[in-house]
Amino acid sequence: MHIPIETYRLDNGLVVTLSEDHSAPIVAVNLWYHVGSANEREGRTGFAHLFEHMLFQGSEHVEANEHFDLVQRAGGTLNGSTWLDRTNYYETVPSNQLALALWLEADRMGSLLPAMTQQKLDTQRDVVSNERRWSVDNQPYGTWWEKLPALTYPKNHPFNHSLIGSFEDLNAASLEDIAEFFKTYYTPDNAVLTISGDIFPEEAKELVEYYFGNIPRGKGKPPLPDMSLPPVFGEELREIVEDDVNLPRIYLAFRSPAFGTEEYYPASVCGAILGMRKGSRLRRKLVRESELAVSASAYTFDLPKGADLLIVDATAREGVSVEQLEEGLIREIDLIHNQGVSQAEVDRAVALIETDFMKAMQQAGERADNLSKFATYFGDPNLVNLEADKYRSVTAEQVTAFAKERMGKDNRAFLIYVPKNKSDSTND
Amino acid sequence: MTISEKPQPGPVLEYNFPEFYQSQLSNGMQLMVAPIRKVPLVTVLAVTDAGAMNDPISKTGVAELTAGLLNEGAGALNGEELTDFLERLGTSVGASADWDAAMVSMTVLPTKLYDAFPKFADVLTRPTFPEASLERLKGQRLTELLHIESEPRELANEMFEKIIYMEGSRYGMPIGGTRESVTSITREDVQEFYRTKYRPHTTTLIFAGDISVEEATRLAEEHLHHWTPVDIDSITVDDRPASEARGVHIIPRSEAPQSELRIGHVAVPRDHPHYFDITVMNGILGGLFGSRINLNLREKHGYTYGARSGYAWRRGSGPFCISTAVASNVTADAIRETLAEIERMRTELVSESELELALNYLSGIFPIRFETTSSVASALAALVIYNLPADWYDTYRDNIASVSVESILGAAQTHIHSDALQIVIVGNADEIRESIEKANFGPVTIHT
Repeated sequence: MHIPIETYRLDNGLVVTLSEDHSAPIVAVNLWYHVGSANEREGRTGFAHLFEHMLFQGSEHVEANEHFDLVQRAGGTLNGSTWLDRTNYYETVPSNQLALALWLEADRMGSLLPAMTQQKLDTQRDVVSNERRWSVDNQPYGTWWEKLPALTYPKNHPFNHSLIGSFEDLNAASLEDIAEFFKTYYTPDNAVLTISGDIFPEEAKELVEYYFGNIPRGKGKPPLPDMSLPPVFGEELREIVEDDVNLPRIYLAFRSPAFGTEEYYPASVCGAILGMRKGSRLRRKLVRESELAVSASAYTFDLPKGADLLIVDATAREGVSVEQLEEGLIREIDLIHNQGVSQAEVDRAVALIETDFMKAMQQAGERADNLSKFATYFGDPNLVNLEADKYRSVTAEQVTAFAKERMGKDNRAFLIYVPKNKSDSTND
Repeated sequence: MTISEKPQPGPVLEYNFPEFYQSQLSNGMQLMVAPIRKVPLVTVLAVTDAGAMNDPISKTGVAELTAGLLNEGAGALNGEELTDFLERLGTSVGASADWDAAMVSMTVLPTKLYDAFPKFADVLTRPTFPEASLERLKGQRLTELLHIESEPRELANEMFEKIIYMEGSRYGMPIGGTRESVTSITREDVQEFYRTKYRPHTTTLIFAGDISVEEATRLAEEHLHHWTPVDIDSITVDDRPASEARGVHIIPRSEAPQSELRIGHVAVPRDHPHYFDITVMNGILGGLFGSRINLNLREKHGYTYGARSGYAWRRGSGPFCISTAVASNVTADAIRETLAEIERMRTELVSESELELALNYLSGIFPIRFETTSSVASALAALVIYNLPADWYDTYRDNIASVSVESILGAAQTHIHSDALQIVIVGNADEIRESIEKANFGPVTIHT
């Protein structure tokens, strides 16, 4: 499958990526800003995400919540999301509504600040505080995705701190912070706009120039500190969390090569061999054979700077102790670390990855998001068309070398959740 | 600096739901094929009348276990061999049961379909139900039940359904079964369920994607003709509500920073003639981001990250439910606002602007819903499960457009029963109890 791609840059620095596909009368508009929680200053954890909420609170020519209203009224879907080093905003609309989506995105990129008020900020702070309670504080294991980066990236590394943020820092955020962040990061030269679907490129280019062409370039953003890290943690890291859970769960993270590097692909395949689908090692050994776990999986954070994380997790089956679960998990990790993988395992993983990629690319929104990703991180959306080949060229030797280098005792971070009551009784 | 004038849309573009062809195989099985040549993928989906509504009450969970065991060994291959064979082809056969039906499905590259389909057919028609796999899946279900006790969202969902249905209704018990029922299920129970519920004349095989009608028919005949029919009694589910009177139910969760709220009651079956009125009405009440409940609880008050209402459509009467999670200290306020929105829905006409939002949204996103081969296959399965006419998707947008502010008010008055609402709260009972009792929403029961 080859995705047609045309890419160019406006005078103000905005990178534009177009992908034409007339299979349905719909179009996806997708905007990536190259800013995420990594760019937050001290005392403002959670700000990039809070800011994302504010982008739905109107701009100079758009009322509060009108962005959602107009897109849904046009028969479209939309949302936004914040990650450690990027923030995205996206709409999928009937293709006769392309101009509307562009106008809305351009208005908030060009003139957000006139619409910002203290009351809107206070309300969104409450909304985000509730998002934090819902997804982190009132969810079993919910703290894992702030505890794991804190455990595995050095203090002061931009990926170390919480993406959702602390209540204290959320409360400290002010309108001045909003203005500052907007002027620094929400500029055309720090963004990629992708339009994918039922478009005619010449018409789309005219619309893009009309709506985005007059937005001035930014003054540049402060560089992130050097994010490079040694290939391994250097020691075993370990944190035990007593939580309101009934089943022990272990997150085991390995420092791994940054997303998009040559070394990333063997790492990704290694993750799939360990945890992708029923035939993966952890599912076969821990869930099916020894029945220590009720579920197991593996995934990467896909961070393109410094170092990524490859994470495996396993949740204990009823009656299985955390010690038994850990022993079983370590046995599998030692095995792959010491003995590597077979070509058949690589082939299975790559075949599954390839089908999944194809499935995702059926959707205009997914296509657009992938093009934006490669354009934002590496300046080249065409890399999306090389993904399949890069996975296909991964060899068992490369995966074995990855496991040898990165899965030893000096590169394991254990984040272990145990039921509160259980640990109470052990303390007796 | 930016363009002030909001652009006008271009002319509305035509969209047709993918064409599909229906036929009957020699063994009585129905076949539906939607050739779609967008990408090299084919989804194969078998939908059969073996949903959890068929569970014997003493054996709840048997439908899910039976479906879950289908790919644990079939034909000549054991579960591990089957998994390995399919995953090397870049695919897997998934099997699961919801309330109405069991589904077996896979999405695969067309070049691999000829190797994969015989195994798909085995999973559907020649499962071996290994004892060891049954015990493992039972253990997993028991573990899941233990997990749900600590997971406020799922706990709230489960308690809500338990509370709204009359005691003894299958719908009032968890779809995957209770600890007692699951523990009691034997291999014979599973085999009996499979023997009586999985049969060709209650099964439809669906192909959607890069394949011709002829090829799909040939494959189906070749690999499924051996599967022969027996007669089956059809089942209806007891979907009566537990109570016609309002009730408030607190499920204590100590130190919870939020209250998970579920507010609603037993609604109507999927084949109800007011389906479109109800759907649009729900969009305005709580189905859309710009719905009344979400704008009120989230954007006006900041009580929550999100609030929504929805109908769980089933063959029998599924629930109508408003779901949200709110900070503990505003629990009573959030309930009060929600009840006020329900009342407003039942007493006033919605505005033309609200109507336009809901109609345009539902109609506009229609093509976005069918971008993938698996979504088209699922849409065809819905036609089968709910016995909808073949032109249902072709007439969908006209039917949506025929909804009016009057018919919405009618739907709200007929189908939302303020007096029968059950308000279920999973939260910090010590903190919220007093304000809830004071607010007088209805008699309060603490479930411990």
